[in-house]
Order: sequence, then C-alpha cells, then structure tokens
Amino acid sequence: MDNKKQLKGCEIIVECLIEQGVEYVFGYPGGQIIDTFDALYKRSGKIKQILTCHEQGAAHAADGYARASGKCGVVIATSGPGATNLVTGIANAYMDSVPMVAITGNVPVPLLGRDSFQEVDIAGITMPITKHNYIVKDVRSLAAVMREAFAVAMSGRRGPVLVDVPKDVQQALCEYEPTAPSALPTAKIRGDMQAAANAVNAAKRPYIFVGGGCISSGASNAVAAFAEKLQAPVCSSVMGLGALPSSHPLFAGLVGMHGSAAVAKTLGRCDLLIALGARFSDRVAQNRNSFMKGAKILHVDIDDAEIDKNVRTDVFLTGDVKNILEKLLPLVEKRTEASWADEVRAEVKNRPFGAVSNILCPRKVIECVCKAAGADTCVATDVGQHQMWAAQSYGFEKPRTFLTSGGLGAMGFGMGAAIGAAFATKKSPVLFTGDGSFHMNLNELATAVKYKCALKIFLFNNNVLGMVRQWQTMFYGGRYSSTELNLPTDYVSLARAFGAEAFTLNKNDDIKDVVEKAFATENTVLVNCVIGRDDTVFPMIPPGKSMDEIIEKREDV
Amino acid sequence: MREKHVITALVKNHSGVLTRVSGLFARRCFNIDSLVVCATENSELSRMTIVSDTDDATIEQMVKQLAKLVDVVKVCELTGATVRRELLLVKIHLTAAQRPEIESTCNIYKAKLVDVTKDSAIVELSGEPNKLDALIELLAPYGITELTRTGVTALSRGGKGLKE
Repeated sequence: MDNKKQLKGCEIIVECLIEQGVEYVFGYPGGQIIDTFDALYKRSGKIKQILTCHEQGAAHAADGYARASGKCGVVIATSGPGATNLVTGIANAYMDSVPMVAITGNVPVPLLGRDSFQEVDIAGITMPITKHNYIVKDVRSLAAVMREAFAVAMSGRRGPVLVDVPKDVQQALCEYEPTAPSALPTAKIRGDMQAAANAVNAAKRPYIFVGGGCISSGASNAVAAFAEKLQAPVCSSVMGLGALPSSHPLFAGLVGMHGSAAVAKTLGRCDLLIALGARFSDRVAQNRNSFMKGAKILHVDIDDAEIDKNVRTDVFLTGDVKNILEKLLPLVEKRTEASWADEVRAEVKNRPFGAVSNILCPRKVIECVCKAAGADTCVATDVGQHQMWAAQSYGFEKPRTFLTSGGLGAMGFGMGAAIGAAFATKKSPVLFTGDGSFHMNLNELATAVKYKCALKIFLFNNNVLGMVRQWQTMFYGGRYSSTELNLPTDYVSLARAFGAEAFTLNKNDDIKDVVEKAFATENTVLVNCVIGRDDTVFPMIPPGKSMDEIIEKREDV
Repeated sequence: MREKHVITALVKNHSGVLTRVSGLFARRCFNIDSLVVCATENSELSRMTIVSDTDDATIEQMVKQLAKLVDVVKVCELTGATVRRELLLVKIHLTAAQRPEIESTCNIYKAKLVDVTKDSAIVELSGEPNKLDALIELLAPYGITELTRTGVTALSRGGKGLKE
C-alpha cells in the first residue's frame, strides 16, 4: 500500500509531532503560525493545545513538562515578538540540558530579510542558546528537519532545538510518508574504564557528587547501588536533587554556594571525588583553582566538552551515566569499612540547616509541605531565597520531582514549569515562589486555574527581593538599591480574581492547618506566606571563596 | 604554554555554518588568529582551518565545543607534521628605478610581481606565515599601500586524511 500523500507543510509539522508521540503542545498563536494551529485544530484528538497567557510561560511549561516526564517538551509561537518571548525559556532549557523543540512561524520566504511586519531572525537570536536550530525554506526538507530536531534534542546531552518555518512553507504542498522514529543510539563510552575502577579501588575516602545528568539518564538505581557498594557518601548539586532519595543513609546533602555545611566541611577530607553527570559550575566550584585540590577527581559526564572545562580531572569517562555506572559497578571492590560514611553522617547530624525565623519560618513551611505532598509530587520553584530554602530543606525522594531553574536562574520560571508538570504527571504540583518572581509571570495563574492544574502555590512574601537584599546587606553596605518592592498587591484578592483559592499564613503555629487546607483544596490555591524582609539563606560560601570559608549562620557574618 | 595551534574541520556546506563557528568562539572567549573556509572535493562539505595562539587547555575546549555543533562533521587539531601555507598580496610604492632590486628580492623568496604600474607593484607570495612576515618586513621601506593575506590553510603530511 502506498503510504505517501500530499500534505501542506503545517500538516507535516503536526504529523511529525504525532510520529514522535507528542501529547501536548504549549503555545500561543499569531499571524505567521495560524496554518500550523489550523492543522493542530484538525488533529486535536491526537494532540492537545495548551494556550498560555504569554509565550514565555509556554516555553517554561514545555520545559517543566520535559523535566517532569523525561519526554521532549514542545512549544509553538508565532514570528517576531512571539518568537522573542520564547528566548528566556529556551535559554533556561539550554542551561539545564532540558529537551525541547520550539517551533516558530516566520514571514513568507520572499519577505525574509526585508524587515517585514513581525519578522525577526529567531534562528540568529537563538543560535547561542540552542543545541541546533533550523530555518526551513523548502517544504521538501520539513519532515526530515522535524525528525532531526527531536533526535538532536533527545540525544547525547539533551537540550532545546528551534525550527523556524516561514508561512509559505507551512502552506506549500509536499509528499509526506509517515515514519516511526528510530531508537536513539546510547552515547558511546569514551575513557579508560579500568583506570576509573582503579582510582575508585585505591580511594580510602571516596565522595560521590551527583548532578542533573543522573536524572536525565535515569541513573537513580545505579547511583544508589554504586554508593552502597563503596559505602561512599553522596552530595548533590541543585540539579541533582532527587537522584538519590534524601532519606538514603548515604545522602549527605546539597553542595555549593548555599549547600549544607556538613558537605562543605567533609568534602575536603575525601581523597576521590566521583562526579556523576555534574559540570562543576561556578555555584559549586566557586574557586575553580582551589576546588578539591587535595583529592583526585573522577569525572563522568555525557558531554566530552565538560571534561576539564572548569576543573582539571584525573580520570574521566564520557557517556551515559547510568550505562557507565552499570559497567563500572562489577569492576569496583565492595567496601565493608563504614567509618568514612559514619564520619560524614555524624557531621550531617551535627550541622542541620538552622531555623530562619521564629515568627514564620520558611524552612518550616517547606518541611510541612514536603510531608503533606508526598514523594511523587513535583515541586517547581522560582529563583531566589525561596529556591535555596527549598533545595536545602525539601526532602526530595524521587528523580524528576524538583523543577528549578538551576543554570539560568530565571525568575518567573516556576509558574510555567508547574503548569507543565501538571500535564506531565496528571497530579497537582507544588510551586514555591517569592513575591519578586511571582510578579514576573503571575499572568499564568489564570492558565493554571483554567486548565485545572490544581497548583499548590506557596508564595514567600517579604516585600523585598530577598536574595539581592541579602547580598546588599553582606557586601554592599546595606544600600538597598531597587530591592524594596513596596508593592500594594493584595495576593489573596489577586488569586481569587484569577479564580484560585487563597490563604494567608503569618505565624509558625498556623503552618500545619493552612498547609492542610491548601492540600484539601481541589482548585489551584495560593498561600501568601508573610515572612521577614531580613530572613536570610545560610549557610553561604561567599562568591569566589572556597568551601572552608563557609558562613554557617547569620550570626557569623 | 601558548603557541600557534591549527584546528582543521569538515563542516556541512550550509549557509550559517560560519556564523555558528564564529559565534561559538566569540561567546566562549576563544581568540583566533585566522579562520579560512573553502569548498572541498565533496560539494556537501566545506573545510575550515582555524589558527589560534593559545594554551593547550583552551585548544582542547575549542575542539570539543566545535565537535558538539551539529554542522561540524569532523574536527581535530593538526599536531604532527603539517604543511601550512598562506597567500600574501602586497601593494607597494615602486619607481621604475627600484624595480630591479624588488625583482631580485622576489626571486630569493620565489615571490611574483603580479601587477606593475609606473609607480606601484603588487607582490604575490605563498608559503609559511613566517616567510610572509619576513618579506613584508623587507618591503616595508618602499612604502606599503595596502596588503592582504588569506590566513593559514593546512593539511597533515602523509597518506591519511580527515575523513567523515
């Protein structure tokens, strides 16, 4: 039977999405993408359109969907401003290696380059923030480009890909033949497996450092098996949280600028750091020249270019972390000696994260939400103090449950991400946000209510940009330049106006009741958590300093 | 240690590839001395030759970051014995009386006079970059009106080539 049929470019785009098993597209229509939305309309039985209030929210939703599900997120926008509004969302996905395909319309090919209405060179704009991008000027290459876009986004180190399709290409007819996507090849392993095993076997005090790569590769079980065989403590970057359950006896905590003091104090005592799917960013290796000077480093990552990029390593393996750990496990010797792990555990016990406030402590709120939500719930955050409190104190038990803007640090990410996670998990996600971040994309509260995402939003309201204020207090002589928000927003009325429920929480004694009420609400609910303007995030390793210069608590500043 | 490194790459012959490569260098703060692109025997591929005066760690990053670009088919640093060549065109002030001595200098360098007027000449020379530098130094006293050089292009010596 001849499968070939003549379709319009826009229909080919949609058929290719169906080939890839795409269930949801997040997006916003406009003049140069009407055809593709028209094609989506006709195939609404196969693909659901999720209309946000702004393209940025759509891009973050596609990102959150990808993080929560492990599948590729898809976002569609029109040309010009629609396309430029995606930029923060694409950059965010790029920095955190999140697979995403962004499709934009553009002006017809004969109008390209003439500064036509709503024309921008989005391929040029997004070149540095995509794994690859395409502008399709001939409908005959459209299906191949669409398939390649998904393959590029999902293979190797994942990331966003943009496909820009001029309107006349969306309208042009071309022969289309359905093609099932071929399985993506597992990344080849490069490096000396035996040398890596020898380094591990020679170590007396190995420390494992997990990053986001462990989550993308689905390496949680392999990490646990490896750590248990070595009796090695495990610390995590922000991106790696959830790769190993926080309740695991070998889990030591968060590493980095606002990481656990126990980790900062013990990491320097190890003789081998085993970095798994982590990239030694400046928030971890703050002083990259002095970082782990006394220890050897074994670096495992899928991206060859990460080896020796920020920190010089002694041994490396490149490839899929899960695949590598499974091959390395039989080569490493089982250790029964647990004194090293016990030593780290004792520090973890002695150096807990301290209370932030005795009026309404954000850490207590986060801990209470964690208990109420359960281990499967996705937790999105925005960026700032609340994000770090959540990273420090929410006990993540499962991979793909912590959705946070790790690399880009994009305020406004959380609302979109939580909406994306709601579609990915069909469950109600939690969003921790701050008053600054919330005001950046609060329009999407309407989207959350409309689609019955049932978000549980905990907004830490201190009426200041808390993280910047904290830096101004510590390093800028208390000159609070532009960080005092003084916003008149009535959060409860605002949430209700959008159709959500809302409560206010302002003292420790009420936490349990209000959190329970929030979780008992079927609708999206916003809890206005009123906290102090000088509540701070500690511990903190000041920028550029090394781990032994950690400031453990506010009183030590 | 800083030295002149040569990177050679086979890239897809698409529009925009040069932008991707030069954009990568700019945003990662990689300095380059020269970048040469040319067609190859395969119409689908172009060849890029990039020269950078930098340290070993940076050159390793350059090669690895280039290798990640979808349009870069194959890339490596030319380390062993290589043939490096560059073409120079230099326009100088020249009176008829000075012509014989210039011709003699050109003969020593195996350079050619490719355009001569009553008061000017264009000298053409190909060779290793340092040979070009030396000739420019010798010609400078006559007064250089303008000059252009192509940047280095290079191939490894021996039978093996950079294959897809």
